[in-house]
Amino acid sequence: MRNTLLVKLFLVSTILFSVTVFAKDTEINSEETKTDLKTEIDEYIQHHLKDSHDFSLFSYTDTEGHEHHVGFPLPIILWDDGLVVFSSSKFHHGEDVATSGDNHYKLYHEKIYKTDANGTINYDAEHHPSNIKPLDFSITKSVMMILITGFLMLLLFGGLAKSYSKNNGIAKGVGRFFEPVILYIRDDIAIATIGEKSYQKYMPFLLTIFFFIWFLNMFGLTPLGVNVTGNIAITSALAILTFLITNFTGTKDYWKHLFDPLGDSMPWYAKIPLYIILIPIEVLGIFIKPFSLLIRLYANMQAGHIVIMSLIGLMFIFKNWIGSSLSFGLAFAISLIEILVALLQAYIFTMLSALYFGFASEEHEHAEAH
Amino acid sequence: MTIPRIVGAGLIVIGVGVGIGRIGGQAMEAIARQPEAYGKIQTAMLIVAALIEGIGFAALFATAEN
Repeated sequence: MRNTLLVKLFLVSTILFSVTVFAKDTEINSEETKTDLKTEIDEYIQHHLKDSHDFSLFSYTDTEGHEHHVGFPLPIILWDDGLVVFSSSKFHHGEDVATSGDNHYKLYHEKIYKTDANGTINYDAEHHPSNIKPLDFSITKSVMMILITGFLMLLLFGGLAKSYSKNNGIAKGVGRFFEPVILYIRDDIAIATIGEKSYQKYMPFLLTIFFFIWFLNMFGLTPLGVNVTGNIAITSALAILTFLITNFTGTKDYWKHLFDPLGDSMPWYAKIPLYIILIPIEVLGIFIKPFSLLIRLYANMQAGHIVIMSLIGLMFIFKNWIGSSLSFGLAFAISLIEILVALLQAYIFTMLSALYFGFASEEHEHAEAH
Repeated sequence: MTIPRIVGAGLIVIGVGVGIGRIGGQAMEAIARQPEAYGKIQTAMLIVAALIEGIGFAALFATAEN
């Protein structure tokens, strides 16, 4: 009895659904609205991938046609012949000209330009704005997330360290989750690649960078809409740190390996023609290693965000229940993969950094067979 | 006649796919032969896959327009 009722309900709802679907289909079936929708989705994704000067969670248009933005403004800090500080709410999401003292500023594609009182932006031949760009030190969305993550890590791991000393070295609470992760980084990443002798001085950096990237990747998957590790400036900064640490802690053997890899195995006149090729390659390698680190992390996170948002965008293009459920299912599956990728990218960044530190701190008892 | 950029992107994806697929396959074989070396093989596999991926992404950026 109950089953037949369910079947009837299902049938009725399907029929109702398909009716509304057809009604909508006739409404939007012209080619023009479709391309408009596509560019709109494209712009939305582009906007999401960029850093922004205010923290807006979502925006909607009400029945009277007014746009509402849900979120909060962030401070704008500029250096324009003196410090200029004001709230990003003055921009009204890029629609208004912000005035601070005698200066006027306008937001154009998330970049701040100095303009006149009317906010005119002049373009050069290639349609790039030719207005003056003041130095921008604003607390943007990404900067705010970095500060929050840093603060979170400080609280979390500082508290963890204290709880260890209180409980005679036994993990408690959240420490039971993080202890195996930290031990894994120490035993299977640091000791395995750097070696027993000098792994300890690299441990703080490896742990910090692992949790920093992992937490930021995970924040990127929340509906907060932040894309910090998918920003090339941030991954560059992380890779530059690895580069500096690798080269400043490099031992004599590391530099010898770079500039005299063949050692005493050959007379000097035989080495010259080889070194003309070998040394430039080795020197290039110093820069290519961190460069591949930064590209990998940036491209992976960027690609993940684009894929998820495009799949969600499909829902608005299809506008029927097959397409919507399909795109929901795909977006769900990709989100699950992204959770894995978030951990994997943090692991790979740490692993490869440790590998480079291992090269830098190698000290082999030379002279005998290489 | 110019070849569209998207063809290059497709070729890159094929190349990276073949490369990572081979690494994965060989690692599976290695694990089947020596299950006790599972951890070491997996680590090496991930590193090499990451290196290929890095090159692949760099090439994809080169094909991207503007």
